[in-house]
Amino acid sequence: MQAFTQLNGLVAPLDRANVDTDAIIPKQFLKSIKRSGFGPNAFDEWRYLDRGEPGMDNSQRPLNKEFVLNQPRYQGASILLTRENFGCGSSREHAPWALEDYGFKVIIASSFADIFFNNCFKNGMLPIVLSADIVDTLFKQVVANEGYALNVDLAAQTVTSPTGEVYPFEVDAFRKHCLLNGLDDIGLTMQQQDKIKAFETKHRQAQPWLFV
Amino acid sequence: MAKTLYDKLFDSHVVAEENGTALIYIDRHLVHEVTSPQAFEGLRLAGRKPWRVSSIVATADHNTPTTGWEKGLAGIADPVARIQIETLTENIREFGAKAYFPFMDARQGIVHVMGPEQGATLPGMTVVCGDSHTSTHGAFGALAHGIGTSEVEHVMATQCLVQKKSKAMLVSVEGELQAGVTAKDVALAIIGKIGTAGGNGFAIEFAGSAIRGLSMEGRMTLCNMAIEAGARAGMVAVDDATINYVKGRPFAPNEEQWEAAVAYWKTLHSDEGAKFDASVSLRAEEIQPQVTWGTSPEMVVGVDGKVPSLDMAKNDVQRGDWERAYAYMGLTANTPITDIAIDKVFIGSCTNSRIEDLRAAAAVAKGKHVAPNVKLAMVVPGSGLVKAQAEQEGLDKVFKDAGFEWREPGCSMCLAMNADKLEPGERCASTSNRNFEGRQGQGGRTHLVSPEMAAAAAVAGHFVDVRSL
Repeated sequence: MQAFTQLNGLVAPLDRANVDTDAIIPKQFLKSIKRSGFGPNAFDEWRYLDRGEPGMDNSQRPLNKEFVLNQPRYQGASILLTRENFGCGSSREHAPWALEDYGFKVIIASSFADIFFNNCFKNGMLPIVLSADIVDTLFKQVVANEGYALNVDLAAQTVTSPTGEVYPFEVDAFRKHCLLNGLDDIGLTMQQQDKIKAFETKHRQAQPWLFV
Repeated sequence: MAKTLYDKLFDSHVVAEENGTALIYIDRHLVHEVTSPQAFEGLRLAGRKPWRVSSIVATADHNTPTTGWEKGLAGIADPVARIQIETLTENIREFGAKAYFPFMDARQGIVHVMGPEQGATLPGMTVVCGDSHTSTHGAFGALAHGIGTSEVEHVMATQCLVQKKSKAMLVSVEGELQAGVTAKDVALAIIGKIGTAGGNGFAIEFAGSAIRGLSMEGRMTLCNMAIEAGARAGMVAVDDATINYVKGRPFAPNEEQWEAAVAYWKTLHSDEGAKFDASVSLRAEEIQPQVTWGTSPEMVVGVDGKVPSLDMAKNDVQRGDWERAYAYMGLTANTPITDIAIDKVFIGSCTNSRIEDLRAAAAVAKGKHVAPNVKLAMVVPGSGLVKAQAEQEGLDKVFKDAGFEWREPGCSMCLAMNADKLEPGERCASTSNRNFEGRQGQGGRTHLVSPEMAAAAAVAGHFVDVRSL
C-alpha cells in the first residue's frame, strides 16, 4: 500500500449528506474483476448526462455541467469536502478505489459510514472527521475562494487552512501507523500467526462444531 | 461484570489486542462473485492460501439472471457478468471452500438467505462477507458484519480481522405489533427514528417482547436493515426460536455435539444490568406499515402519512437533501402516500425473500390481480430452496394467477446488477433495503415496503394500507 504522510491539495465541495456508495460508483461497474480503472466512473450518474456502461469511452460522454466536480475550478482536486454519513450503504470497496483513481487522497466530512471509513485506510486514503461547524466553515471558504487548498499533515493530525487556521483531527493509532508507513495489513497480521494458531486450538476445543 | 451480547461475542473472539485495536477470529466467511475476485487475485499475487478453507461458503447471487436458466451459463446475456460468475467458480476450484453453490445449483441463492438456510450461520459465530447486509446473520446471536474486499483477502489469508470494538446500542421494541405490521416496518420505523447515521460506530442489539415475538425470518429482516441505520452489526439474543431454526440444517452441529452447542448458545444474551452506550425504545402498537418517500431509508413515513414538507426538516442540510429527493422522486410535499401510483413491484432481496415473506405476499395477492397500470410485478425467491418450498406450497401459482412473474433466485432488482432494473422515472414498490438514487436502475424511483404492502400496492396500482384490506 502507498504511504500517506502529508498533502497540500485543492479542495472540491460536495454539499450533500448521506452520499452513498451506489452514487460513488454505480453497480454496473462492479462487474469488473480488477481493482483499478474506476476513476472515470466515480459519481457516474451525477457526472454525465447519459447512462454509463462498462467499456464506454468516457472522454466522449456528455458531462453534466451542473455537477460540482465538473466545474473547471475544481479540476485536479485531491481533497473532497462533504457532509455527514459519507459512504453509507453498500460495502463495495470499489467506492474508495474509484475516488482514489479519480485523484482524491483525503475526504473531509462531519461523519462517515463505518465500512467505507475502514475501506479508505486499506487504500492509502485518509478520511478525516471534523465537526459539523468546522465543515460548514470550510464549505463557505471553499466556495468563496477559487483555488482553495488545505494542508493535511497526518503525523501532526492537523488540517491547516490557507489563512493559517489549524484544525486538529483524531485518527486511530494503528491505522495512522499503517498509513504513514504504507504497511500491508496482512503482512502485519501474519507476524501474529502463533497467536492465531493458539487461539484456534482453544476455540476448536470449546466449540468443535465450528470446525467441521 | 454484566456483559452485553455484543461484549460476549466480541470478547470471545479476540486473538490479540493492542491500544484498543483487536485482532478477532472469524468463524464463517461467506463469499460471492462481486467482491471476491480482487481478493483471490491478491492471494495469488502474494502466493498465499486461505488459512482455513472449511470456513468458506460461497455462492453466486449478485449478477445472476432471474430468467433464461434453461440456457445455462450461455443464458447470461452480459459477457462481463458471465466472466465474473465463471471467475468465482475458477477461484473456488483453485483455493477451495467448505461448500460452493454455483449458478443454477438447487441450493444457490442470495448469500444471506443461503447461509442460514444451510445452517452455515450458527449462534456465537463471527460471520463476515464482502457485503454490507451481512448484518442479517446477527439474527442468530452471531457477530456478523460486512467487510470490504481488502478485508475479504485479509480474512482469507489470516482467518482474522483487525477491528476496533464498537459501542453497543440497545433498541428495544416492547408490546405487540398490529396485524399487517411486519419486521420490515419495525426496521424502517427504527431508521426513521434514529436516522441512517444513527447507528454509526455502534453494534445494535434488538430486544423487547415484540422482537422476541418475531420469527427467525423476521429477525433476519430486522438485522439485515441494521446497516441502513448505520450499524455494521445488528443482533438478537438466542432463544428457543433460534435453536429450533438451526436444528437439523445441513451444517448444524451433529447429534454428538448438539447438547454442548445448545448449552453454550443459551448463554448468548445480554446479562441483567449490562450497560449499553445508547438506548432507544419504541412501542410496537404505535408502528404503522411504513413506506419510504425519498432517496434514503430514513425518508420514511407511515402509510397513512404524507410526504413531509420542508418546514419539518431539522436543518439546512436536510432541507437541501429533501428538495433533491422531491425532484428525483417526482413528488411534492404533503402528497398522501396512498395517492402515489406505481409502475413496478419487486418482491425479493436479502431483506424479504424468505418463505415467510412469500407466504405473506401471496396471502394478499390470492384471488386478486395486478392493477393495469403496473407494468411488471415480479417475485424473486431468495434461494433455490425457498423457490422449491414455495412451489410445493403452490405460492408460485397464486402469484402467477394474480399476474406476477415468478423468477429464478438471486439479488435481482435490489441492486439491479443483472437485467432486472427500473427505467428512468419508473416508480417501484420494493421489498428491498435501499432507495438510493439509481439503486434499482438509473433514474428509477424506489419506495421501500414490506412484502404485504408491496403485494397490496401491486393489486391496487398505488400504495394502500394493508390493514384496510
